[in-house]
Amino acid sequence: MKEILLIIFAAVFANNYVLTKTLGICPFLGVSKQFQQAAGMGVAVTFVMVLATAATWPIQYYVLNPLNIGYLQTIVFILVIAALVQFVEITLKRFIPGLHKSLGIYLPLITTNCAVLDVAIANITNETAFLPSLFNSLGAGIGFLLAMILFAGVRTRLDQNTNVPKAFRGLPITLAAAAIVSLSFMAFSLK
Amino acid sequence: MKENKLSILTKGIIRENPTLVLVLGTCPSIAKSNSLFNALGLGLCTAIVLVLSNIMISALRKVIPDKVRIPCYILIIASFVTIIQMLVHAYLPDLYDSLGAFIALIVVNCIILGRAEMFASKNPVGDSALDGLGMGLGFTLSLTCMALIREVFGAGQFFGIDLPFFSTYNFPILQKTFGGFLVFGIMIAVVGLISKGKAPYKKSFGCEGCPNASICNVAAGQSACGGKDEVKEGGEAQ
Repeated sequence: MKEILLIIFAAVFANNYVLTKTLGICPFLGVSKQFQQAAGMGVAVTFVMVLATAATWPIQYYVLNPLNIGYLQTIVFILVIAALVQFVEITLKRFIPGLHKSLGIYLPLITTNCAVLDVAIANITNETAFLPSLFNSLGAGIGFLLAMILFAGVRTRLDQNTNVPKAFRGLPITLAAAAIVSLSFMAFSLK
Repeated sequence: MKENKLSILTKGIIRENPTLVLVLGTCPSIAKSNSLFNALGLGLCTAIVLVLSNIMISALRKVIPDKVRIPCYILIIASFVTIIQMLVHAYLPDLYDSLGAFIALIVVNCIILGRAEMFASKNPVGDSALDGLGMGLGFTLSLTCMALIREVFGAGQFFGIDLPFFSTYNFPILQKTFGGFLVFGIMIAVVGLISKGKAPYKKSFGCEGCPNASICNVAAGQSACGGKDEVKEGGEAQ
């Protein structure tokens, strides 16, 4: 139990995917305009990260490694993730339309989210066992959700501010704000 | 005609620079612009994959069915990334260690899928190769500029060699994630200032620059990122 908590804590704070490892920046900047959308995207990413790890870990150890085709990792993983996302979307649409309505529109965007692919690859590279891998992905997803929610709050304030210099309006000031938010996460990763 | 070809090549380097003007491929630009060695290595790897995948996708553009084009593009890109990954692992082990998973993550770099969708799927092979080369060099150029600032002011080094003044007086924080976001933001602001706000980055911040635009429900009015921009070059609007 203690180990599980440790894994999740490390993945959420010390190795936060967005603010420490700078992965998944596109949805972080694009979807953080409104709090609700940011939260929806975060939950969808968490969901897909855990599912992707649950699918890619057995494939690596029971298909790629026994056949000595570990070098096909990148191709297989990205295809598995893309297929999985499509499958989940169709399943949700058919059986749980309520959930699909709130999460479904975010799912296609996640196919090419670098954070999801990196979680799947990192679990293999670090030779984590199956269950810890799942918790690591869960932590990474929660970390992403946390960063999205924090930043959505910052951005609603930022968009009301009219004192920004002309050249910095829009994206540049958003990035500068992200820099300051990332500063707060540096404290967790200092050694 | 010759001028036209030249402009395809040069537009990717300056006028439509993928990182600073179109704002694509932000993750590797922020993460791996901490040193010139990383920036140049990752930039060139991405450029090679971009040229090869653009050529391949353009050559196959009439064969690939429209409905399954995104998975096909991803498969082609992933194959080239695997080739580059193995070559770098074999011949440049230093670079392989320092880039880590970012070589594999070239697959999900928005620039490559974006150019496949916006350019290579509609243009002949020669033009697509030039476009890929221009965009790849533009990516490398902006990554190197960011790395120059971050390495000289952050670590006081130039390609790992200590510089006289800066090695004593530097800001190590620029080497961290903080510096990545900040330098990137400042460079985009500078580009906006030089182009007097004409750089199209504001538009591309919405759906136009997003390679997922074609699979995202923009037409149904519920785009995932809340963007309301019309998809001009993406698949949906054709």
